[in-house]
Amino acid sequence: MSSQDVALPASLSVNPRLDRWLKFQADETVRIATGKVEIGQGVVTALSQIAAEELDLPLDRVVMLAGDTDEGPDERYTSSSLSIMVSGASIRLVCAEARALLVARAALRLNCSPDDLSVAAGRFAVNGVPGELSYWSVAPEIDWSQAPTGNAAPKPASAYRIVGQNIPRHDLPAKLSGGAYVHDRIPAGVLHARILRQPGRGATLRSLDEAAVGRAAGAGIEIFKLANFVALIGSDEAAVETAAAAAAEHAHWDGAPDIAPAQQEAAWLEGQPSIDNLYGAPVDPAPTGRLVEATFSRPYVAHASIAPSCALALYADDHLTIWSHGQGMHPLRRNIAEVLDLPLEAITARHLDGAGCYGHNGADDAALDAAIVAVNKPGHCIRLQWRRQDEFAFEPFGPAMLVTMRVRVDDAGQPQDWTSEIWSPTHVQRPGTGSGYLLAAEALPNPPAAPVPQDPAEEAGGGGTRNAKPYYDIPNSRILHHLVTTPPVRTSALRTLGALPNVFAMEAMMDDLAAMAGTDPLDYRLAMLADPRARAVLSEAAARAGWGRRGKGGEGHGLGLAFARYKNTAAYAAVVVALSVDEAVHLEHIWVVADAGLVINPDGVRNQLEGGAVQGASWALKEQVRMAGAGVTSLDWDSYPILRFSEVPEIDAQVLNHPDLPSLGVGECAVSPTAAAIGNGVAHALGVRIRDMPLSRERIMANLLR
Amino acid sequence: MTQMFEMTVNGSIEQVEARASLPLIYVLRNELGLTGTRYGCGLEQCGCCMVLIDGDPAYACTRSMESIAGRAVLTVEGLGTAADLHPLQQAFLDEQAGQCGYCLSGILISAKALLDRKPNPTRAEITEALDGHLCRCGAHTRIIKAVGRAAALLRGEDPA
Repeated sequence: MSSQDVALPASLSVNPRLDRWLKFQADETVRIATGKVEIGQGVVTALSQIAAEELDLPLDRVVMLAGDTDEGPDERYTSSSLSIMVSGASIRLVCAEARALLVARAALRLNCSPDDLSVAAGRFAVNGVPGELSYWSVAPEIDWSQAPTGNAAPKPASAYRIVGQNIPRHDLPAKLSGGAYVHDRIPAGVLHARILRQPGRGATLRSLDEAAVGRAAGAGIEIFKLANFVALIGSDEAAVETAAAAAAEHAHWDGAPDIAPAQQEAAWLEGQPSIDNLYGAPVDPAPTGRLVEATFSRPYVAHASIAPSCALALYADDHLTIWSHGQGMHPLRRNIAEVLDLPLEAITARHLDGAGCYGHNGADDAALDAAIVAVNKPGHCIRLQWRRQDEFAFEPFGPAMLVTMRVRVDDAGQPQDWTSEIWSPTHVQRPGTGSGYLLAAEALPNPPAAPVPQDPAEEAGGGGTRNAKPYYDIPNSRILHHLVTTPPVRTSALRTLGALPNVFAMEAMMDDLAAMAGTDPLDYRLAMLADPRARAVLSEAAARAGWGRRGKGGEGHGLGLAFARYKNTAAYAAVVVALSVDEAVHLEHIWVVADAGLVINPDGVRNQLEGGAVQGASWALKEQVRMAGAGVTSLDWDSYPILRFSEVPEIDAQVLNHPDLPSLGVGECAVSPTAAAIGNGVAHALGVRIRDMPLSRERIMANLLR
Repeated sequence: MTQMFEMTVNGSIEQVEARASLPLIYVLRNELGLTGTRYGCGLEQCGCCMVLIDGDPAYACTRSMESIAGRAVLTVEGLGTAADLHPLQQAFLDEQAGQCGYCLSGILISAKALLDRKPNPTRAEITEALDGHLCRCGAHTRIIKAVGRAAALLRGEDPA
């Protein structure tokens, strides 16, 4: 097979040099580089398993380099549950090819056939007899700048010894015993920095009482101003933090946002200026069958990362080095180069771990903040951290969504035509895409033009439309998408994008349609699911949860079920939730069953399923970003509560392993079905359908009193 | 207007020059290099900065230096090192109890205080002891299991 016949993973086509991916090091390790980074999901450990497997090396000979613009590949962002599917596939091919090159070279040296060679821990054996030659003695004789061809066949799944094992996370011991994050890099002589944030695009700083800020600080601080970008800088972090709080009190802005309380609700979106698209079947001008229609909503929600965003930057000898917990170091370098008008090669961006990341959060913005300060203070390492309040106020939020489902059912109660009409602001404003900018760019002289709203392409899974097309076998379906162009706050990618509201709505409709048809919700779904893998996860989840014991409901106890295949192309997940409702919802047990094809690290996948279930539950039950006047008003954990230890139920997460099938992205698959199963469980418990999230105490009470 | 404070940190006597009102977290992280005590909110709402002061859990983000003078502080570094983990840390590793891990050092500290007081806690007692801690990744069920596992390890029982 010639190389033209091989469709290389996108990451390999963009980084067509083997030495961008792997390097044989003098200490008899192999360094594997990936553009994907650790964001709490354990992917770097999983990628190391793939590399060790293909190279026939023990795991301790594999050293990972994740997110490094000088030496690692550009794989854009660690997002969309694609790391194993794309970076994993790339590393597998690269390592298989490297092994084949090394074996061929060793065979030449040993004057034998490659077939006579085997490898153990990087050492070659001829017909089973170990010799002196190793990967590391042969590697210097190979030109690693060559392009990968994809022609070397990776191992068959049946030969796997490391892939498929529960390998403990490499990064956890350090995180359990001390500093481990970008936040914890505090080099001697570091200057701490905080930002006085511009309250909104176009707002201008009228006045800042610098003397008052200096007095409040209690120790020497410097105030750096450039147009509407203001930084508080000093060697005493507590003084800088205090100064930043004082600066917020003593600053006066012109042109700050003025948000009406109604704008914080999803209902406000309907009828706002929008870019409209129809996906799927044309609208039927003369529809037949009974119409069932309902409208669902989810408000603006937050990443609410447990730590404020942070970055380090050092500008020395005309070179800017940035340390960031962002999702993509190569895009970050490009975006910062553009804002600061520096050549790409004058910037290095390196990833360091941060607190949990669930999408496009403040990490990239903090990196630009640090870089702006650094280039204006050459020779000083700048450690810039956002204030907690600013993390809540200025992260890009998960958009509010309003979803109306119109379903035509036949006489047997089967859906024949399904319309999902969606109102939502954009789900992607990542900088560099034309739809968004690094936040501080808007505060600098010559701010960029207003971003042009756009959503992720349908072939990439869509944004507001994500999972809005039924995975069920329904003859006709369509999506009417209204991309709302004037939301009150910046919005961008947050775990599952539009899938959570869409799956919440669709699975609620499925339950309600089943009830109208007088059919059990599980049976109703199974009758419309030809895909055996979808049927398998649903059946297994129901069996584990004892679905047969589900009673009539309406007496405060509920059992709810939901299914989705993330993006309709990634992992399958079915969730059953047992709960009770008095004046609030109490989760009792969650069962998750997923099918992600070949699983690299089953325990890592279960961890993602469990975490996804908790996060989905938290969004469904508790969360709403509040805003009024000049901006966001939910600025702490009291006003933006998330699910707590006492509210988290037992979770039973299972993976149906299919080693012979390609890996499917699994990081987001449990989130939306969990939210939907809770919605269905609450409806079962109360006998009343609540269609607006969060299903908070206030909303439950309002519905009970209605 | 700084003054000298003396306190015990992880068993060592430390003398630190600081403002009386300075929150302990800045001394631990920026003066003593104990960055396992993490800043989360500065408001006693998330628990990332939890330390033990004379054996009791306390928020390092708000405790002033003058309130610490003469007292004994325990941070996560005082439990064990990556190469020589405390049974609590080992149990968290065994259960892979964490995702991003940012919340874990504070949680380990509260768990230590719980197990010092109650060697055989129920699930409800564990969740009560940890309810002042937030975990955004959703590792709760593993963390609860890990604390139970650590309790067994510390009692000298086989946790499996």
